[in-house]
Amino acid sequence: MKPKAADFLEFDKEKKVYRLTPEQAVRDDVEKHYWLHVGRAIVKDWRLYLMLVPMLLVFLFWRYFPMYELLGCFKVSDEVLPVSQQLFSGFSYFKRLLFGGDSMSTEFWRALRNTFILSFYGLCFGFPIPIILALFFNEIRSNIARSVYQVLTYLPKFMSTVVMTSLVTMLVKQGSLTTGMGIVSQAMANLGLISHEVANAGLLNLPSFFRSIYQISGIWEAAGYDSIVFFSAIIAISPTSYEAAQIDGADKWAQMRYVVLPSILSTVVIMLITRIGSLLNIGYEKVLLLYNPNTYVTGDVVSTFANRYGMGNGSSGGTGIASAAEMMNNVIGMLLVIGANTIARKATDTSLY
Amino acid sequence: MKRKLEISELIFRIISYTLLTVFALCCLYPFVYAVSASISGRAAVEYGSIVLFPKDIQFEAFARMFGDNMFWNAYSNTLFVTLYGTLWAMLTSILGAYALSKKRLLFRKFFNFFLVFTMWFSAGIVPQYLNYLATKNVFTLFGIKDEKWLVVIAMGMAAMNIILLRNAFEGVPSEIEEAAIVDGASEFQVLSQVYIPMSKSTIATVALFFAISRWNGYFWARQMISNSNEHPLQVFIRLRLEQYTDPEIMAGWNESYATDSVIYALIVCSIVPILIIYPFIQKYFAKGVNVGGVKE
Repeated sequence: MKPKAADFLEFDKEKKVYRLTPEQAVRDDVEKHYWLHVGRAIVKDWRLYLMLVPMLLVFLFWRYFPMYELLGCFKVSDEVLPVSQQLFSGFSYFKRLLFGGDSMSTEFWRALRNTFILSFYGLCFGFPIPIILALFFNEIRSNIARSVYQVLTYLPKFMSTVVMTSLVTMLVKQGSLTTGMGIVSQAMANLGLISHEVANAGLLNLPSFFRSIYQISGIWEAAGYDSIVFFSAIIAISPTSYEAAQIDGADKWAQMRYVVLPSILSTVVIMLITRIGSLLNIGYEKVLLLYNPNTYVTGDVVSTFANRYGMGNGSSGGTGIASAAEMMNNVIGMLLVIGANTIARKATDTSLY
Repeated sequence: MKRKLEISELIFRIISYTLLTVFALCCLYPFVYAVSASISGRAAVEYGSIVLFPKDIQFEAFARMFGDNMFWNAYSNTLFVTLYGTLWAMLTSILGAYALSKKRLLFRKFFNFFLVFTMWFSAGIVPQYLNYLATKNVFTLFGIKDEKWLVVIAMGMAAMNIILLRNAFEGVPSEIEEAAIVDGASEFQVLSQVYIPMSKSTIATVALFFAISRWNGYFWARQMISNSNEHPLQVFIRLRLEQYTDPEIMAGWNESYATDSVIYALIVCSIVPILIIYPFIQKYFAKGVNVGGVKE
């Protein structure tokens, strides 16, 4: 749109000429001496900018400086030299990880695949169950009973990862000559779900059980808590909608289909997109606490791979290769987040960031 | 017509109650089992004959735990990290969120992006590890020998929490702020007397998120704190779990209670304080999810 002359000009009746309005004069001045005005604004509002400083410093030091350390993935790792003085090695670590053909490259591909599989299963099982739980919560009419159910199902969320994994470890632990196996393995063996030999070997020592244990403990931990957001979307539905549907002869399933589902759809879409966005940010802490060399085949994810090669004593030569592995994982993760967010904005007019 | 409606409702209600009961019991069972196993006799625990209720009750596993100085040490370290870590995180977050909530802040978009970008892209654990090692050296340079302070100051800031606070501050009506300014309030007074009291519940929620993440923090505490006197509770639990499931220790064990009982006792001890405050904080937790779920 073309600016109209009346927006920035006024007629001076005494001198019979057009001149800039005072507002436009200020605007022009700001444009001409931009940084001077910025400086003045900051000086005038210095308290406000002072308040920002601690937060910015914390993020700079401990969120952005690590990104600088990430440069190490393009450089020759060295135990003594800081990243800035290391020699460039180009993409050699990436090449080695992706096409190296050695055991490290195989392990990296395995870790990348496991990361995808673990989070994809998490999406398939961990996502619908909270919605179903929320529907069930809605069926319970007595407030006291519902609070009891909610308190019990949120409870595991309050446990730390360490306590949770310790419990899991103990419940499915292996048996030996003098001691029996964990109570859950025992129950499963008695129910005929797994054989006694398998149960006795310890489920956490068997690669084929790692993913199930990871997912089931994840559902146990988070399903109740994750249902809160869906439940609050469901109770926001007006009772008149149900009544109208009932008068039209809708049974329970029809009410679900035509009343509840459309009402919670936007919440579901948003939560789904969040989940897809964080697909690769797998909880490495939990994997690290649950896996052992026997279950690397199915349990090793990129972060734990990096942890093994790049951290701790005697591995300082591996920081470059470990950073390269994480770099690939996190770049894919970031693309997923941005992609999911863009889709969310286009599809539902709501975006998360 | 009427009859069909009732049947489908009834079926669904029965299914709901049954499955919810099963799930709730599954959530509860491991904790009940942990308590029972921690106070049962050695034979019962080792042969796995405890299902729900304890057998041959003993309290020596707990006595052993309480007699262990390291345990109390770990507990006090966790309290230290939780208290100071939450205070530090809340201080920086509230100040920053307040500034970000102001429309007149210059480069507001840039500062927001600066925060949000850390949610999109993280450097990963190895670069962070190198960075923390460097930080540790700087801290030693300044004479801070306590490794706990590193965990308190450097770790656990979360952009999401700052955004929650910023959104709450943006919801405060600007008329109230203007009235305060007319009455002669300074910037800090506006924040402390107007904004903070008006967004109490969000502040409580965010403080709770920080406190829980500090209380539960394990990985970085284990990586960065080398002095075992400074280990927080989570690291202590994990180290004891590794120690007491070691076959060699188990073979040489000749107490009247099982090694498992000690681990269960430790788990119970770490859960109890959370269970005590759980009823009071639960509503904030639920609220925080709703605030954070869908915004803008």
